[in-house]
Amino acid sequence: MRTGEDRLDREVRRGYVSDLLSDVLANCEEGDLWITLQVHPNVVAVASIKGIAAIVLINGREPQEETMEKARQENLPILVSSLSAFDLAGRLYALLGQAGDRR
Amino acid sequence: MSLREFRADLHIHTCLSPCADAAMRPTAIIEEARRRKLDMVGIADHNSAENVPAMQAAGRAMGVPVLGGMEICSSEEVHVLAFFDDDDALFAMQEIVYDNLIGRNDEAYFGEQRLIDEHDAVIGATDKLLIGATLLGVNDIVGSIRGLGGLAIASHVDREAYGLISQLGFVPQGLLLNALEVSWRCSPADAEAYRGYGLELIRSSDAHYLSDVGRVWTTFRIEAPRIGELAMAFEGREDRRVSI
Repeated sequence: MRTGEDRLDREVRRGYVSDLLSDVLANCEEGDLWITLQVHPNVVAVASIKGIAAIVLINGREPQEETMEKARQENLPILVSSLSAFDLAGRLYALLGQAGDRR
Repeated sequence: MSLREFRADLHIHTCLSPCADAAMRPTAIIEEARRRKLDMVGIADHNSAENVPAMQAAGRAMGVPVLGGMEICSSEEVHVLAFFDDDDALFAMQEIVYDNLIGRNDEAYFGEQRLIDEHDAVIGATDKLLIGATLLGVNDIVGSIRGLGGLAIASHVDREAYGLISQLGFVPQGLLLNALEVSWRCSPADAEAYRGYGLELIRSSDAHYLSDVGRVWTTFRIEAPRIGELAMAFEGREDRRVSI
């Protein structure tokens, strides 16, 4: 847990895995959990615009300081996982099951 | 001195870039630039400037000014063009890049990385993984370039692969870029879409083969082919202009 500790009450039903922010802008949906390795400050703007529930950085990657500052301003949760994107998404999908399917 | 127009192709790779053709050597590149009626060229190999001195020597001998630069890959996999007037600054920037570039090249997979002299002779090779991404964030890279007095231009922003907008969604606020580059595939009309960021545009060939050199260009109205003049053109100061 890096930022947004008091915003962990949002229900997360689905997730999205992508490191291309243009792709996230095009395809991520409101309320998604976003799994990425990108730590640049732009992730906060993208997550806020899209109404993303939280960002999870994988492989233990730490957000840049400016990213943390912006996330605090936006009250956006950023979490860090030591898992790879594949392992993290797999575990979350197992938890969410078919509810996590888009269609 | 008075203002005149310079036709510039500022994004040309040499045979140092593993993905570039072996024929991309100084006299051959300059000869092609002359044939294409370019008034200046920019040399930007991936994460290295080691062939710049040979290119500049050939350019001086053959009458085409060469801007020394690099195409640096950030940790976000964004490509940034960096150009400097003075070689000390250029190689100071190269040192920053090398200190943050990990891995070794495998010629079988990525291609050869040839060091050349001004007469096109191969004089060595580097085994650094030039095709790789540095550990440096794009903000840090642009900050270092500008701190050393260079020009920072985001490469081929219309492309999905390694483009600033593709990787990071939009041009980050506060990033001290001098300009944005569009690729040769992007028409000047389509390039208008990228003007919303308040930055001037250049259009370049991203030449990896001799036949690519000068296939598109940018026209500068400046006094001389120098960094300070280009910077003024990007800001539209004192009648300097840039157009694609």
